[in-house]
Amino acid sequence: MNWQAFIEVLVGGLLSGVMYSLVALGFVLIYKASGVFNFAQGSMLFFAAMTCAGLVGKGLPLWAAALVSLVVMVALGLAVEKFVLRPMVAQPEISLFMATIGLSFVIDGLAQIIWGSTAMKLDLGVEDMPLEALMDKTGIAVSQFDLLAAAVAAVLVSGLAVFFSKTKVGRALRAVADDHQAALAVGIPLQRIWGIVWGVAGFVALVAGMLWGARNGVQFALTSLALKALPVLIIGGFTSVPGAIVGGLIVGASEKLAEVYIGPHVGGGIEAWFPYILALGVLLIRPEGLFGEKIIRRI
Amino acid sequence: MATPILAVNNIEVIYDHVILVLKGVSLTVEEGRIVALLGANGAGKSTTLKSISTLLKGERGDITKGNIEFKGERIDHLTPADLVKKGVCQVMEGRHCFAHLSIEENLLTGAYSRKVPGSQIRQDLEMVYGYFPRLKQRRTSLAAYTSGGEQQMCAIGRALMARPTMILLDEPSMGLAPQIVEEVFAIVKSLNEKEGVSFLLAEQNTMVALRYADYGYILENGRVVMNGPADDLATNEDVKEFYLGVASGERKSFRDTKFYKRRKRWLA
Ligand SMILES: Nc1ncnc2c1ncn2[C@@H]1O[C@H](COP(=O)(O)OP(=O)(O)O)[C@@H](O)[C@H]1O
Ligand SMILES: [Mg+2]
Repeated sequence: MNWQAFIEVLVGGLLSGVMYSLVALGFVLIYKASGVFNFAQGSMLFFAAMTCAGLVGKGLPLWAAALVSLVVMVALGLAVEKFVLRPMVAQPEISLFMATIGLSFVIDGLAQIIWGSTAMKLDLGVEDMPLEALMDKTGIAVSQFDLLAAAVAAVLVSGLAVFFSKTKVGRALRAVADDHQAALAVGIPLQRIWGIVWGVAGFVALVAGMLWGARNGVQFALTSLALKALPVLIIGGFTSVPGAIVGGLIVGASEKLAEVYIGPHVGGGIEAWFPYILALGVLLIRPEGLFGEKIIRRI
Repeated sequence: MATPILAVNNIEVIYDHVILVLKGVSLTVEEGRIVALLGANGAGKSTTLKSISTLLKGERGDITKGNIEFKGERIDHLTPADLVKKGVCQVMEGRHCFAHLSIEENLLTGAYSRKVPGSQIRQDLEMVYGYFPRLKQRRTSLAAYTSGGEQQMCAIGRALMARPTMILLDEPSMGLAPQIVEEVFAIVKSLNEKEGVSFLLAEQNTMVALRYADYGYILENGRVVMNGPADDLATNEDVKEFYLGVASGERKSFRDTKFYKRRKRWLA
């Protein structure tokens, strides 16, 4: 076996997995706080990428475009909470889920009304090329862009972890995730907390949208990233931030390794469905996911 | 008679627009008192407490008649968070601790609505640990893995962290061993005496509740059928028969007995 090639595939896979993690993160935040599987997360990501690329196209420098997009995304998140979810309080979860399906069409449409439907480019100033220093020393090719994405993800996740475990709002957020009624009873303003969560999810969508947009082009296909996040969520657990990261890494690494090492024996193309098989396996063994909160029931 | 801190005035509550559960309930709690709200399962005790704490809205329940006043102010239109800020906090039936938060984190969530420095919060935390030494021992355990008694203490302690003037306590004895029930009630009594917190206490466990309460209301089918000082209720023959299990003869509805006794007296 060629170890150099193996490591190259593995590292490449892990790094691309980070990109999946970023998408999954947005789902986890909202699912954790409100028990809603936000079908519109992919659309929010698309909307964010379109807004950022569109503003750059209008001549804004990248940092300014990102900043404006951030404001737009947080506002979008807050608006969704206020106008879609708040009127549906105390409704069954399935109704909320259906509301987010409707929402995804609205956001997709809005993005295309504002920015048109042609694909755009987004240049973050880092190319998808092997890092030369590393290449020279070890002969292993690792994409600079992937490294940037990994660094961004690391910062984002550490920030969220500190936010959840150390701050008052983070604690309130976990409390709301555990028990809405009890959170209300102790005076936690549920709607403000949900507003914050949707705002943060908007921010995460922007980060993921910019990275994916820069890599694959800013186009409608970004909305289907939600499907890529599904096995990540099942493997990592819907309620766990670290789970989203580990799930992403597992999916990224395993699909690339499977493609390279198993693919040739079965005719290739297994990258597309391999994560789902993996997710199915996890579902059978540990339905809450590797890191999901154990379903604790006491009688 | 002192002015009541809480007054429930003839409220009617309907769930899902059709199910009439409370049919004109009135009660008052005077400042610094423990008032027991008694009655069998399904009588409407929890519904009454949830009407006061405005948690009813989250369960598709509506107050269709009457009103509720706290310190002379209408509170039925407030959000639960605003109500906690005004000093009314509910400890829900079944405790409802945050399962994946530690005991200490649970307690801290109770202080969410307060705008005070961290040092004050720490001080209050120590106050709660003073009343519930068991919680201090278990402070780092996840609430889900603590015993029923510890969870009940955690739920009461969490409410205390909001520094309320009034706590609505729903069935604290539910599912607890008798010694633990006594322990919990004794702490409630001392919170009432030392911190001056008023309590409205819903209980099926009539015997214990009347021992610690000052005044009691008996609820049946969404109506108050009897009220009076706790001592009077505890010695009342009908209450004894129906709620303290000192039965004589077959079980009847409480209202029937009253009628039956009245008739007997009339005939005699
Ligand atoms: N969310 C709800 N929707 C419909 N009916 C309810 C609801 N909650 C309680 N009830 C009904 O209201 C009545 C009183 O319930 P409750 O207030 O919980 O009584 P208690 O606390 O005295 O046991 C019961 O008949 C119960 O079935
Ligand atoms: Mg009840």
